[in-house]
Amino acid sequence: MPKYEQINKVLVIGSGPVVIGQAAEFDYAGTQACLALKEEEMEVVLVNNNPATIMTDEKIADRVYLEPLTCESIEKIIEFERPDGLLPTLGGQTGLNLAVSLSESNILERYNVQLLGTPLDTIQKGEDRELFKAMMKEIQEPVAESISTTSIEEAAQFATKMNYPIIVRPAYTLGGAGGGIANNTEELIRIAKTGIHASPINQILVEQSVKGWKEIEYEVMRDANDTCIIICNMENIDPVGVHTGDSIVVAPSQTLNDYQYQMLRNVSCKVIRALGVIGGCNIQFALHPETNEYVIIEVNPRVSRSSALASKATGYPIARIAAKLALGYHLDEIYNPITKEQFASFEPTMDYLAVKIPRWPFDKFKHANTLLGTQMMATGEVMALARNFPAALQKAIRSLEAGVGDLDLPSLANVTNKELENKLIYPTDDRLFAIAEALRRGYSIETLYELTNITKYFLIEMKQLIQVEQELKHTDWGAVTKEMLLNAKVYGYSNQTLAKLFHQQEETIENKLKELQLKPAYKMVDTCAGEFEAKTPYFYSTWKEYNEVPPLTKEHKIVVLGSGPIRIGQGIEFDYCSVQAALSLKEQNYETIVINNNPETVSTDIHIADHLFFEPLTLEDVVNVIETEEATGVIVQFGGQTAIHLADGLAEKGIPVLGTTTDAIEMTENRERFYNLLQKLNIPHIPGETITNVQQLKAAVNTLGFPILLRPSYVIGGSGMVVIRNDQELNDYVGEIVDLDEQDKMFPILVDSFIQGMEVEVDAVCDGEDIIIPGVFQHVEHAGIHSGDSMAIFPAPNLTLKQKQLITEYTKKISKKMNAKGALNIQFVIKEEDQSLYVLEVNPRASRTVPIVSKITGVPLVNLATKVQMGKSLKTLGYELGLHQEMPYYAVKAPVFSTNKLKDVDPLLGPEMKSTGEVIGLGMSLQSAMKKAFHWKEQTEQLEQKPNVFLSPSRADLTHIHQLKDVLNDITTFSTKPGATLLAETGIIIDHIITIDEAIQLCTDNILQILYTSVETKGVEKWQNLRETALKMHTACFSSLQSLLAYLSVMHHDMEVPKSIQDYVLMTENLNRQKERVTK
Amino acid sequence: MAGETGYLVLSTGDILEGKWLSPKKEMEGELVFNTAMTGYQEVMTDPSYAGQIVIMTYPLIGNYGFNDTAFESVRPQVAGLIINFPCVTPEHAESQYSIMEMVQKFDIPILYDMDTRRLTTIVRNNGNVFGKMTSNKDEKPIIEKVDPNIVKTVSVSTTHTFYQKTNRERTKHVVVVDFGYKHSIVNALLNLSCHVTVVPYHSTLQEIQALHPDGILFSNGPGNPEDLQSLLPKLKEMADQYPTLGICLGHQLLALAYGGKTKRLPFGHRGSNHPVKDLKTGKVYITSQNHGYVVDEQSLNKTVWNISHINVNDNSVEGMVHRSKPIIAVQFHPEAHPGPLDSHHIFEHFYQLLQEKGAREHAKV
Repeated sequence: MPKYEQINKVLVIGSGPVVIGQAAEFDYAGTQACLALKEEEMEVVLVNNNPATIMTDEKIADRVYLEPLTCESIEKIIEFERPDGLLPTLGGQTGLNLAVSLSESNILERYNVQLLGTPLDTIQKGEDRELFKAMMKEIQEPVAESISTTSIEEAAQFATKMNYPIIVRPAYTLGGAGGGIANNTEELIRIAKTGIHASPINQILVEQSVKGWKEIEYEVMRDANDTCIIICNMENIDPVGVHTGDSIVVAPSQTLNDYQYQMLRNVSCKVIRALGVIGGCNIQFALHPETNEYVIIEVNPRVSRSSALASKATGYPIARIAAKLALGYHLDEIYNPITKEQFASFEPTMDYLAVKIPRWPFDKFKHANTLLGTQMMATGEVMALARNFPAALQKAIRSLEAGVGDLDLPSLANVTNKELENKLIYPTDDRLFAIAEALRRGYSIETLYELTNITKYFLIEMKQLIQVEQELKHTDWGAVTKEMLLNAKVYGYSNQTLAKLFHQQEETIENKLKELQLKPAYKMVDTCAGEFEAKTPYFYSTWKEYNEVPPLTKEHKIVVLGSGPIRIGQGIEFDYCSVQAALSLKEQNYETIVINNNPETVSTDIHIADHLFFEPLTLEDVVNVIETEEATGVIVQFGGQTAIHLADGLAEKGIPVLGTTTDAIEMTENRERFYNLLQKLNIPHIPGETITNVQQLKAAVNTLGFPILLRPSYVIGGSGMVVIRNDQELNDYVGEIVDLDEQDKMFPILVDSFIQGMEVEVDAVCDGEDIIIPGVFQHVEHAGIHSGDSMAIFPAPNLTLKQKQLITEYTKKISKKMNAKGALNIQFVIKEEDQSLYVLEVNPRASRTVPIVSKITGVPLVNLATKVQMGKSLKTLGYELGLHQEMPYYAVKAPVFSTNKLKDVDPLLGPEMKSTGEVIGLGMSLQSAMKKAFHWKEQTEQLEQKPNVFLSPSRADLTHIHQLKDVLNDITTFSTKPGATLLAETGIIIDHIITIDEAIQLCTDNILQILYTSVETKGVEKWQNLRETALKMHTACFSSLQSLLAYLSVMHHDMEVPKSIQDYVLMTENLNRQKERVTK
Repeated sequence: MAGETGYLVLSTGDILEGKWLSPKKEMEGELVFNTAMTGYQEVMTDPSYAGQIVIMTYPLIGNYGFNDTAFESVRPQVAGLIINFPCVTPEHAESQYSIMEMVQKFDIPILYDMDTRRLTTIVRNNGNVFGKMTSNKDEKPIIEKVDPNIVKTVSVSTTHTFYQKTNRERTKHVVVVDFGYKHSIVNALLNLSCHVTVVPYHSTLQEIQALHPDGILFSNGPGNPEDLQSLLPKLKEMADQYPTLGICLGHQLLALAYGGKTKRLPFGHRGSNHPVKDLKTGKVYITSQNHGYVVDEQSLNKTVWNISHINVNDNSVEGMVHRSKPIIAVQFHPEAHPGPLDSHHIFEHFYQLLQEKGAREHAKV
């Protein structure tokens, strides 16, 4: 059946900011869907307030609304745009929930908007546990015994009847937030309470546990003609009990025989048919490890993280096809975009396997409870492809960039057997490494199975890996044969690991491989195991096999390095940059090669580059691709720190790193050279020293005085960064260092004087001569809070003309001196006392804010930066040079946190980045923009007329607290006694004086709406408890007085009606374009 | 595990190196690839693969072992097996034998550590490829086509009867003419409460009449259907008289028996993911397939046959229905094993034909 004739304009709802449980995969799905709709000549209207995404690029949809994801806001967009249809299944849980509310409040009906794809009652059947269970009973499919309830008592009664352990899952939440496994009544009551609260409908599912069974997933597609196909099945290595988003997953399943595979395939089709899904659907099973007994765990009638993984694992673009099915097409009417001559109505078959490992944020949250359970905690994931399991596993491990290159986690070598066994029984992020360690210690497969319940196949394969490792380790380097080396490569060992095992330099291994003429080959991912010729394949490495990469033929073949897994400090914004860079290269008629390992991303979509390589982003893996492709240059500026870290190594191998030189990069990262640079340019920098031991630290503090900022040289998202304000904090910090096993690694530490004041930053493009600065960001929070966690306003509202000129001048001087070519980000602080401008840091690469600047100003920063890197001069690119004229509207970026998904993590902000994503608010007035940034989703909408605010300020806050007086009449204030006393000094009288415990209670009872605790409350358990409670109860939680004040100042301000980014940018169309281009 | 070096020497001139999983054993055969990701035991034991060296495109073979219930015939039938990464320590509750135990028990030549994807590409690009598994890379394959008498080597030599398992009162009796039948075909019929008698491929109409069947099934099997020319008149006589279902080779033989032609596919359809469209309902099913020949659509007499199913990818004939007689035939494998169970209704349709025929005869009396 051809597409529906009556549909010409489609509204797509995006998933909003990246949070745990809802990450880049929805940018990939949404982008694919928008492009698929445009291909069908639909006019696409998109709503998504995540400014870091590709999907919100003006080229992806016809009308892009960076507007709050609320019913109210979307209704106005519908009213204005009058779309014919709404595609709700591409924006994750957020998009789905909004579609449900829009429909239930009759908005869709009122404006005659047809819901496309999977019908609403199907969505509800999939999401509402009770409805789902009833339907499964009807079609006689087994589900775990369970009840849906809103009552804790009822939950406890059921649990007693069914025996523990019992699983609690809140209805309609992301990544199982607020759920867990309870082993006794006490735990059950606790989990049920948070679960009921986490659910937007205050409902939980209390379920009999099938913990320890195999967890199997199927990705299914169905069209309106009832054709049902399986795109991919997947097997969780971690058995039931660990959220699938936190599980190591392999595709296809490895331990199901054909009978079981087909049995579950059949059930999948049966369920999806009964549900009436049109599009993609994910179904999860628990399969008994010894019998063919199974239960259906859940169904997601939409694209999901798993569907993104399945798409990348097989090459079959689920979201793209789902969008077409929603328009009325049948699967056998759509071409398979990989092979082009076959149709979408077939089941992909793989001749390799994919291993996914989650990327957890525990490196950022050292105190977090890392026990994995039913609530997802990973921020991102990596995927590796190989022809055997050990190789795929090893490639995935080194793709993680978690500081471990292989299965050997050094810190485990010293744990006792008892401790090790605990790590095996209670899964955490390092269980995989614990298994390896146990195998080294001679634990039997049987014992390991008993401890982990992991299917023995995987344990046996890992044992094989450890055996190879031991053999290599006990072989003298001189005695290593070609066969041995090749075998090690087939098993996925990196040169780095081999060097470690043989006690050789990595270079020695490399040379030996060269001497023996051993190098990897690359195989295609083509959806069909080679049965048909592929037109748009992508590649992964293998050894000892035939290389299939057809040579690129143009003179310039440029590699763009991606940014790897989404993690705190390195998010989706770098994927935006990588994609834009690849597209710019294509536009310039260069051949483009993308290397990345993150299955959730747009950059790993086959349509972005000429050649895509799904490989770890280590020097060895990247160089191998470059050599195979005979690439002529590499672009490292867009893949975050991941790519920048590789620059030196690539340059050393004689591979041209395009744009800013590696020496210039080093100049910005080496503190001494950096300060020298600034001194030469007569630019004030912050007083600081580099210290290499504890004694020097104390000496430095004496010279610099408190407060001081401590940080290691090379950082992602400020890892390990800390502000120290007094002797006590200094002593605590020193104490922590001294206790460390590997304290040497802490040094050198950079010690800087910590300057209090307003932070501003610029994103520029430079060609060594000229620069373009589209504008200046002003941070709302003062220095001391990581820029990634700050609210930022663009253009900066409080800078004087002189300050702007100085910022421009400094940027120009620095870029010229560095001979920077490409993107550059500079952060400044304006010292409170004397308004003097200091340079905080220079990032010789695209920064987190580049997508925002590009979208709101219409100046395509990455495109320009790429052109400069390819040798073009900025003068010729059509934009005014220098600092651009300001646009007549405001953008406010606000960080979004996932802290409530993590246990024992203090939400208090500091110099270490904690946010996982960001939202944007736009407005003609700053207040409206600000309000849209604060009230970006449904649950943040309601604020009572006179909200209850708890304040715990610090003495330092007193200088600014007078601003609070302007809003005092609009709020009811609460504080502790010391807080109230402090505030009394400035004449502010607190309405209610309470204790911290009482504050916690008020939070729990939903009486407090806003909470402010200053950084001085850091490290005190009760304060942390208060903040954690506040987060769970959706109390607005602030750690900076400035953001609190900003929040309160716009509290009763109206939001402007939504406006598309195209309409905004139209206002600046000719503003900063060079004259000759304007006339064109 | 480090086997001795072995080679697969191809008629195309390509030589691929691997290692022997089995004891060294020279073997020649037609090279075909199967793209299924599960069901290696079913593939290995499917008699349709007789005379063929099968490349498994999925690299990991042996993970879940082998067991007595997944045999599609009494023994492995492939001439040889080419795999990439064998698992010799299987782990599955139902596993009874490892791949090494299978090798020892049945003497199957297997080469591993082979670039199976490269081989697949060679077969895809060249079509008719023969190969020799050998330890001497200078030895070239001599065989250029599959043995025309191959069916004889896989068919039963005597009659076997199986009784239905459902204990239904009214049963039907189906005679399976065995050109190399898969056990799953018989099982599918038994599960539909049929008694089944498997007879040798050369059985005569009289012999079959003597069994008083309600219907006949022409089974799958190996080789070129045209090599069975001499049987065609007999097969037509049977089909004219009884409700008939043809599967795979059986489907091709029915086409030939009624004056149609078959032709060779460029490189066959072998795997568990082949989309087939039912032209009557417009529905698409994913089917299990294993064939190198197809019915030539042009050659079918459309006044006698309706094309009932086509392949979505290459539009080749996947099924046909006689316009006036209760004869249906499919190119794919509705019995699955390995592969999806989507097209099981073909058996139900056949069973319905048996019932209708019964009802008509009953009415005649």
